[in-house]
Amino acid sequence: MTLASSRLAARLQPYFFLAPALLVTVCIVFYPVVQTATMSLYDFILYRPRNVPFVGFGNYVRLWNDEAFWISLGNSVIWVVLAVGLQFLLGFAAALLLNESFFWRSVARAVVIVPWALPSVIIALMWTWMYDFNLGVINDALMRLGFISEPYPWLASPDTALYAVILTLTWQGFPFFAVAILAGLQAIPAELYEAAEIDGATRWQMLWRVTIPSLAGVIATALLLRTIWVANSLDVILVMTGGGPGYTTHTLPLYAFLRAQQGMEYGYGAALAVVLTIMLLSVVAAYVARAARGVDR
Amino acid sequence: MIERRSRLRRFLEIEVPVLAIVAFALAPYAWMVLTSLKPQSEVTQTPITYLPAAPTLEHYAELFQRTSFGGNLVNSLIVACGAVALALALSVPAAYAFSRFRFAGRKVLLVQFLVINMFPIVLLIIPLFVLMRQLGLLDTYVALIAGHGTFTIPFAVWMMTSYMNGIPAELDEAAMIDGCSRLQTIRRVVLPLAAPGIVTTAIYVFVTSWNEYLFAMMLSGNTVRTVTVALQSFIGEFTIQWGLLTAGGTLVALPVTILFLLVQRRLVGGLTAGAVKT
Repeated sequence: MTLASSRLAARLQPYFFLAPALLVTVCIVFYPVVQTATMSLYDFILYRPRNVPFVGFGNYVRLWNDEAFWISLGNSVIWVVLAVGLQFLLGFAAALLLNESFFWRSVARAVVIVPWALPSVIIALMWTWMYDFNLGVINDALMRLGFISEPYPWLASPDTALYAVILTLTWQGFPFFAVAILAGLQAIPAELYEAAEIDGATRWQMLWRVTIPSLAGVIATALLLRTIWVANSLDVILVMTGGGPGYTTHTLPLYAFLRAQQGMEYGYGAALAVVLTIMLLSVVAAYVARAARGVDR
Repeated sequence: MIERRSRLRRFLEIEVPVLAIVAFALAPYAWMVLTSLKPQSEVTQTPITYLPAAPTLEHYAELFQRTSFGGNLVNSLIVACGAVALALALSVPAAYAFSRFRFAGRKVLLVQFLVINMFPIVLLIIPLFVLMRQLGLLDTYVALIAGHGTFTIPFAVWMMTSYMNGIPAELDEAAMIDGCSRLQTIRRVVLPLAAPGIVTTAIYVFVTSWNEYLFAMMLSGNTVRTVTVALQSFIGEFTIQWGLLTAGGTLVALPVTILFLLVQRRLVGGLTAGAVKT
């Protein structure tokens, strides 16, 4: 072997290690993405595989005039803003509390994680059971406490279905914020608080002038990441309400999924998925830019 | 006196709210377990009882005797283990390359692993279903393992890379100076030191695959149905037998809860990479 060729082999080495992972992700991720984009230009209906006319942007035009699309988009906005917002607030409060010292702190820290570990299907089924009209513990507890006088159909009523599912998702997602923010809190040097105390700062001032500015990076990353997850997630809604009653709990990914899976309209479903992706692109770009900063270290 | 009052205050300001949050986090879980222990008559009785009057394991027995749940558990186990094997086999070498080499395109490739993690599942699932159908792989372990293994690879690569970055490169260099080839160095130095990171990654992949629902539902039929899909299908099959559902849910949730608690700290460190210094 000549020197030049062995040097070339050495330079190619990292690519050998990377090739398998790249190859598989290209097949299972990039290929489908390209396929979806292509599919969205055809009127592809699964039970009619021989007749797939090219419609150009026809699916997108159809989508523009589709009332269900706009309802789903509106629901998606409520879904993301409320679910992420509530998860954040609850997670932030939990993190601040769990950062204090009390003798059963380590138990509390471990237990708070539990909702995050559970499969979405089980979470959805558990909450559906708790929201049950006759046998649900939520109606029972609210009646015993005197908040309502008779059972309320939380998931079957158009007024409350979306918010009931949002509460479930808040429960599922707040531990992520709690753990991430707690890690950030532990990284704040104690000297900052000592200095603030010497300067006579109140606890409220310390929270706003020391804690929150120090956590800005963690909070931003966690919010971006969670926004992407929540915007994409559809399994909890799918199991709890299937999008109903009517269109009241349709979000964009769920609508895309239902059109493809139940309606067999793969072309139209693909167009909806592409629109969702494009809308999320800026959030993804912001998150990736933050995460990529650490790469060169 | 002052001492006691401030302790009481701390109790009210900190421990009571923490207790409320812990109760909120655990209540649905506890309710599922409690329901699963009630006999059928008590599950459907109004007004509802909170604690089971006569705890029983009858739903658990019925689950294994009358339904396919045992087989579903085995399916989930096979798929999750297959996904772990696939994801580790591909992500460990990739992480080694990212951690130990500086090469053209390194940053772009590392970032692309992050980007593909962010694609909406709906975007992938539709063509994957069509692809697996064309290949005749629908309702096989291969399809599910490929699906679960692949979408866990990106995060697995990131987690492993940051773990390997924590292993001093001087150790590799010393081994190579002592005459080890690169592969020997990996086997004798890097892999043993990276073992805790590999275990964490494996648990992450296992839990993700075990919990996954959409891919499993789309790509599996009656042959390789996993527990999450099976639980959901109980709703139709039995006009919602909550005793069975909660018993199944408890059995599915228990192992992942334990595994997850073991690795949660490292998981979050990886997920918020770039924001929290780990």
